[in-house]
Amino acid sequence: MTTASAKPARLDFRSRGFDFASFAFTGVTGLATLFILAILAIILANVAWHGWSTFSWRFLTGSADQDMFDVNKAGVLPMIIGTALRVLMMTLFVVPIGVTTAVYLTEYAHSTALTTRVIRGAVNNLAGVPSIVFGLFGLGFFISFLGGAMDAGAAEPHWGKPAILWASLTLAVMTLPLVIVATEESLRAITPGLREASLALGATKLETILKIVLPEALPGILTGGILAVGRAGGEVAPILFTGAAYYMRDLPKAATDQFMDLGYHVFILSTQSPDIEKTRPILFATVLALLLLTLSLNLVAVIVRARVRKKMRAGH
Amino acid sequence: MAAFSPSQVTLNASKPAEGAGAPLIQTDGVNLHYGTSQALKSISVTLGERHVTAFIGPSGCGKSTFLRCFNRMNDLIDSVRITGSIKIGGQDIYSPDVDVIELRKRIGMVFQRSNPFPKSIYDNITYGLKLHGTKAKSDLDAAVEQSLRSAALWDEVKDRLNTSALGLSGGQQQRLCIARAIAIKPEILLMDEPASALDPIATAKIEELILELKREFTIVIVTHNMQQAARISDHTAFFYLGELIEFDTTAKIFTNPSKKQTEDYVTGRFG
Repeated sequence: MTTASAKPARLDFRSRGFDFASFAFTGVTGLATLFILAILAIILANVAWHGWSTFSWRFLTGSADQDMFDVNKAGVLPMIIGTALRVLMMTLFVVPIGVTTAVYLTEYAHSTALTTRVIRGAVNNLAGVPSIVFGLFGLGFFISFLGGAMDAGAAEPHWGKPAILWASLTLAVMTLPLVIVATEESLRAITPGLREASLALGATKLETILKIVLPEALPGILTGGILAVGRAGGEVAPILFTGAAYYMRDLPKAATDQFMDLGYHVFILSTQSPDIEKTRPILFATVLALLLLTLSLNLVAVIVRARVRKKMRAGH
Repeated sequence: MAAFSPSQVTLNASKPAEGAGAPLIQTDGVNLHYGTSQALKSISVTLGERHVTAFIGPSGCGKSTFLRCFNRMNDLIDSVRITGSIKIGGQDIYSPDVDVIELRKRIGMVFQRSNPFPKSIYDNITYGLKLHGTKAKSDLDAAVEQSLRSAALWDEVKDRLNTSALGLSGGQQQRLCIARAIAIKPEILLMDEPASALDPIATAKIEELILELKREFTIVIVTHNMQQAARISDHTAFFYLGELIEFDTTAKIFTNPSKKQTEDYVTGRFG
C-alpha cells in the first residue's frame, strides 16, 4: 500500500485550488447587469413616486383647455391621443416601405453589386443620423418642398405647414432602418430550401415571396415594427418643427392638422412654466403617462407577434 | 440527339415496365461553369421514360449540378453558364421560348434535406395545385388523398391533415415532399439524395416508394449509397470530376463495368 501511494497517480482529478479568475469574471458580468437594472429601477421609481399623486383618472382624461400648468386643472388626454395617432400613422408608412426595401435587398438585388452595397450603407447611415436632423429634414423636405409644391397657387398654405401627416412621415424616415434591418435578418434566416421547394413546384419568384417567404418572415417584420414604435413613441426632436403644437383646442381631425404630443408636452412643462415648483408634479405624471403609453404600444405589438408565432407553429 | 445510342436504353431485364424505356431526356455536350470553374464537362447521355436512373460518384463530381440542369434550378445562381443542349421530350429546355414555370410544373424535384413548408400537411400538398389553378375543394381533397396514398403516407397522417407538417418525423417529412411533388402530376421526378438524412427504416420506405412510382414517373436520383443505386435503378451513371465516366444498365455497372474507375468506385477501392 505504501509503495503504491508514493508513486504519483496516473489519473488525478483533485481540484487544483480556487479558480479566482472565473469567480472574478462572473462577478464583474453580474455587477454590470445589476448596474443597468439599478438605473432603470431608479428612473421608474422616481417617476412613479413623484408622479403618482397627480396621476389620476381626471388627469388622464382631462384636457389642457383651462390651465396646463395647474395641478388641479391640467389633463393629458389630447396629448395621449396625439402621440398614439402619430405613432400609428408612422407605422402605416414605415412597415410597407421598410419591408419592400428589405425584400428588394435580399430577394432581388445581387448581394455583391455596387448599388446593393450603396443602399445598405445608406440605410446604416440613416440609423446614425441625429433625430433633430430628421426634424429639420422634415421641415425642409416635407413641409417646404413637398407641401409647398402641393399648395402651389393657393392663397393660404394647406399642406405647406406643420401637420400630423408630416410628423408621422418624418418619424417613418427615421425608423426606416430599424424595420429594414429586422426584416432583412428574418428573410435571410429562412432556409433557401423553402424558396427552392416553392420554385421547383412551378411558383414564380413573386408567388414564392408572397406565399412562402413573407409569411415566414412575419414575426421578424413585427419585431421591426415594435422597434420602430418603441423608438418613435418618445421622440420629440423630429416632430418639433413638423407637427407638434404647444396648444390645440381640438383634437386633430385631418392629416393636415397639428397635434399635441406627450413628449413635447414634457418639454413645454419643464421650460415654459411660470412656476417650476408647482408644475413639477404634472411634469412627473406626464412622464409617467408617456412611459405607460410607449409601454402599452409595445405590449400590443408583442402580443400580436406572439399570436402570429403560435398560429404559425400550429400550422394553420 | 447525337448522344443517343440504342444500347443506352436497353431495358433492365429484371425490372421490365410496359412502354418504358423510350428516350425522354437527351443531353448533348453539356458544359456548366460556375464563374471560371467548370463543374460539368461535355456530358452527353440519354435517359429512358419511366426508368429509374441513378447518378453516382464522389462528392463534388457534378451529379447534383447535372440533375438541377433538368428543371433549370441552376438558373437561380447568378454565375452559372451552361452550353450544349438538354432536350426533354424533344424540346430544348434552354431555348429562349421555354417558360421555366411550365417546365418546373412538368418536372418535380425532391431535395436532399426535406423542406416542407411551415404550413399544414394539407396546405403543403395543395400549394402547387392552387398555384396552377385548381380551386374546387373536392378536387383538392381528392388530390391530397391520392398523392399522400402514392407517397405511402396517407394512413399515417389522414387524421391530422390540418396540423403542421413540421410535426412529422424526418422520414414522413420527406415522403410529404414527394407527395407534394407528385400532386401536380409531373412527368419526371428529380431526387437529390432523398434518403441521405434518413434512418435505414425510413430509407427503405422511400426506396419502396421509388419502385412504386416508376410505374408512372421517370425518375432520376442522385445517391451516395451504392446499394441504394443497385436496388432501385434501371440505369446508372457514374460521374467523376465533372465528367460522365460511364453510363449503362445498373446490372452492368455493378457487376461488369467497362471502365477501371467505375469498378474502383463501385467496389469501394476509390482513391
